[in-house]
Amino acid sequence: MSDTPLISTDGLSVTFRINAGAFKKFDLKAVEGISIDIPKGSFFGIVGESGSGKTTLGRALLKAVDISEGTATYDDGEVEYDLKDLSKVDLFEYRKRAQLIFQDPYAALSPRMTVRDIIAEPLEVMGITKTRTDTDERVREIAAKCRLNLEHLRRFPHAFSGGQRQRISIARALVSGPKFIVADESVAALDVSIQADVLNLLKQIQSEMGLTFMFISHDLSVVAHTCDHVAVMYLGRIVESATTSELFAQPRHPYTKALFSAIPSLDPDDRGTAQKLEGEIPSPTNQPPGCKFHTRCPFAIDICKSTEPKLEKSPDGHAVSCHRWQELLDESAA
Amino acid sequence: MTDTTAQSPAPQDDQKSKEAYFTASQRQLIWARFKKQRAAMIAAMVLIVLILSGLFAPFLSPYDPTIAGRDKDYTNGAPQMPQFCDSNGCSLRPFIHAVTRERSMATNFRWVTKVDEDTRLPMQFFVRGDRYKLFGFVPGNIHLFGVEGGKIHLFGTDEDGQDIFSRTLHAVWTSMQVGTIGVVIAFVLALIIGGVAGYYGGWIDSIIQMVTDAVRVVPVIPLFMAISAIIAAEGSRIGIGDWTLVELGPGLSSEGRFFIISIILGLVGWPTLARRVRTHLLTERNQEYVLAAQLCGAKPGHVIRRHLLPSFTSYIIVDLVISFPYMVLSETALSFIGLGLKDPVSSLGVMLQKATSADVLLNYQWYFIPVIFFVALVMAFVFVGDGLRDAADPYSDSH
Amino acid sequence: MSLLDVENLTLQFRTDEGIITAVDNVSFSLEPGEVMGLVGESGSGKSVTAKSLMKLNPGNAIYSDDTKITLHLDSGPVDVMALRNAREMEVVRGGAVSMIFQEPMASFAPAISIGRQMVEQLLVHSDMNKKQAKDLSIEMLDRVGISDASTRFDQYAFELSGGMRQRAMIAMALSTKPKLLIADEPTTALDVTIQAQVIDLMKDLVTEFNMGIIFITHDLGVVAQTADKVAVMYLGRMVEQGPVREVIRHPHHPYTQGLIAALPKLDDLEAPLVPVPGDIPSPLERPPGCVFHTRCSKIIGDVCKTDVPQWVQTAENHRAACHLCEEGSGA
Repeated sequence: MSDTPLISTDGLSVTFRINAGAFKKFDLKAVEGISIDIPKGSFFGIVGESGSGKTTLGRALLKAVDISEGTATYDDGEVEYDLKDLSKVDLFEYRKRAQLIFQDPYAALSPRMTVRDIIAEPLEVMGITKTRTDTDERVREIAAKCRLNLEHLRRFPHAFSGGQRQRISIARALVSGPKFIVADESVAALDVSIQADVLNLLKQIQSEMGLTFMFISHDLSVVAHTCDHVAVMYLGRIVESATTSELFAQPRHPYTKALFSAIPSLDPDDRGTAQKLEGEIPSPTNQPPGCKFHTRCPFAIDICKSTEPKLEKSPDGHAVSCHRWQELLDESAA
Repeated sequence: MTDTTAQSPAPQDDQKSKEAYFTASQRQLIWARFKKQRAAMIAAMVLIVLILSGLFAPFLSPYDPTIAGRDKDYTNGAPQMPQFCDSNGCSLRPFIHAVTRERSMATNFRWVTKVDEDTRLPMQFFVRGDRYKLFGFVPGNIHLFGVEGGKIHLFGTDEDGQDIFSRTLHAVWTSMQVGTIGVVIAFVLALIIGGVAGYYGGWIDSIIQMVTDAVRVVPVIPLFMAISAIIAAEGSRIGIGDWTLVELGPGLSSEGRFFIISIILGLVGWPTLARRVRTHLLTERNQEYVLAAQLCGAKPGHVIRRHLLPSFTSYIIVDLVISFPYMVLSETALSFIGLGLKDPVSSLGVMLQKATSADVLLNYQWYFIPVIFFVALVMAFVFVGDGLRDAADPYSDSH
Repeated sequence: MSLLDVENLTLQFRTDEGIITAVDNVSFSLEPGEVMGLVGESGSGKSVTAKSLMKLNPGNAIYSDDTKITLHLDSGPVDVMALRNAREMEVVRGGAVSMIFQEPMASFAPAISIGRQMVEQLLVHSDMNKKQAKDLSIEMLDRVGISDASTRFDQYAFELSGGMRQRAMIAMALSTKPKLLIADEPTTALDVTIQAQVIDLMKDLVTEFNMGIIFITHDLGVVAQTADKVAVMYLGRMVEQGPVREVIRHPHHPYTQGLIAALPKLDDLEAPLVPVPGDIPSPLERPPGCVFHTRCSKIIGDVCKTDVPQWVQTAENHRAACHLCEEGSGA
């Protein structure tokens, strides 16, 4: 089993052309300079707030939006694709191997199709199964994995709760036998008591089927418990990336530290001593120069306002994009 | 302080009805919701009754609605209601009184109609009468009811002696035909044009929007005046070069005129429907489940067929039902001012043309009875359409 | 003397699918200056409960006869259920009681400037003139941390970011100096860094204005940081009530325990996530007996399936509605 990462990007950027009127057009850089490696079989977390570009990154890797610059490759040991320039035939094949689980369990399922048809659709569209019996068998197999029984297959989406619908979404994503799944805020819309259930299901499926997950979320605590590797995004850039344990033991970027302290603690007496961020997230259409975070960073100095920091990788794999990370680390250690 | 103890529902029936709810397709759900609306259900009944009476108009009406079936002896006659009893006693069979006509000196030698209380004309059912063609091609001559030795006019007659009841039923049928043809043409055009605009968006959409708006602002009355003039002009025809599709001019039959008017109404009416189709498509196109299908590599044809079309079928049906009365009213208005249909085709507009003198307004109010029918028809369509829309709309997941 | 007393609130909705019981015999009270967290998931009835305090529920709502909601204002007690029309409700809605919502964009009229809306509210509920109202509004905007308040006063809702809109809504709600503030998921739609700011703001305002706050949320962490006491609701019933430290550290009801166990906690990353088994039943299919019994891992037998559990006082001010609990079983 080779050690090449399943997905590898270098300087990946996605820019949208916005029409603001008849003659006004401007570019929105949703995602810029992303260089990540997603190892095979990992549960890779992407964390960010609104405007961070995390959803766009996920969609770009699935070819739902075009990659404007940089490179991205997919290599699962059997085939290798250059995700930036993919021929139609290759794209068709790639789609079988990379799928998406949506956030909103209510909007992601066509209300006019039975559950069986919803799960069977990818099989039919991609021509994976030839006969109806084959399709039915595969649907039943995957449905059982997601704890959906025969009864459920006959029903329409309106009969199900949020958690159940999300399981149907998951079944649909799995039915084509993919190797790579992007879960975009897949538990955000679910109640807490159900979230844990769906997360456990995802982890179970991952180990059973040897899948690689890219888990996009705004919720650090959820990411902490499910992912083995986390990348933190802010305004389209990766500001920090490390294994989960590393990130939580020693966050290096001021934004990451602020994210941690912003999470309301379950302990009523722990009334948040670490720094709270002031100000608002800048709009992606009006990005500040230099380091994108400098407008809210309590440690910003002159160089932060003019030059964008590069993503520096330590030998242990922990990467940070900040001019002062080393000195801040030394300070806090002292 | 009492506590509410939850009642356990009878498990069997409850489970069955729940299962039915879970496996109900959208169509079934909409129908179930529609049934609960009393106004809409009543309107639907009325609509069905009116449609059936229009369909079977030749059978249900006692006489031919054209000049051929007129009653020379009873022009501008008042409505004759069948009675069971009169001053001479009662009978099981309903009857009407015969009428006689004479020129009376008192009224300056005008015809005066008098009811002859002593002569009874019993009503008969399934009588043989004027010939007709049901639905336009099934020949027959049996009428639901009639009277021996005279004529019965439930809604009275107009100045030519034509039976208003017969004319009303045929007018309903005519309006429905015109409405159907117009709506079908408008709908087909709207589907194609609105569909392309909604699905592709971008500059295609912008151009189509401009065309749609241009067609929409065409003033209808001058258009129809022009068309009337063209149709009536000697030697005019629709065709290319030497080949003729339709021969127009003074020789144009009333049927021909009828079709032309309907088609024009459709050609003028598509913009509104097209805009709605486009809007529906634009919203549906951005739904997440459409994206999910596209991410599987589904081609546009598949997406349209399996996701977009079913999603707005219910809305489009509502739009169709609501467009119908507009077509009917447009035709009525046009015929009324003489630009639409003409005699012998009966439609409400044509009938109302005869009702424009003060004489009629003051003395012969029964000319306006057909208006009640049409109001009922239009209102029925509107209520059913509203009911359908209310039933179809809440099919959004409520959570 | 408590600020708000709710007794036996039972609310049902008449819908196409039948009669749905949204709230089932809920009772609680609130002291002035106290923050109560109302916690629950979907279908718990927490929002409906809050809206009942101002009778904001839709027309097909049916309140039971023994529902009693009493507001103790300076002018005397007000029986909210007895208020018949909008005129009578005016003293409650926006005057003594204010409400802020999850979606600030939905609360502000899009075509009228924020300032105008704030002034309008003040003119209705007080006898200030326009100038006084404007001054107070700008002062409130400043107080909630909106920079450049006088310029913002003339701006429209869409010109402000999510966090600022929420602050503006708080300013608007507080300008009438209400005695009771109902906050319905005010931070759920916000980014976590902004949420932290808004929570801090609300805590400051509580001490300054001495209002009672009912803070509705599904996020136990937020409740832990803001509330003095917490009430947990499930499927229309209140299952546990008590001081926040008590309930979070020593939950007595199996649902509360399950909820806390299901939360991913940052202090132990290796711990597995323990979901509450099963799914939340649809409000159309409320289980008989204890509404939670279908998912309870501690079910003790038939009594849970048939008898609705009553309140058991497990400690001072702390009670749970569970057949398992015993009086005074305490900490």
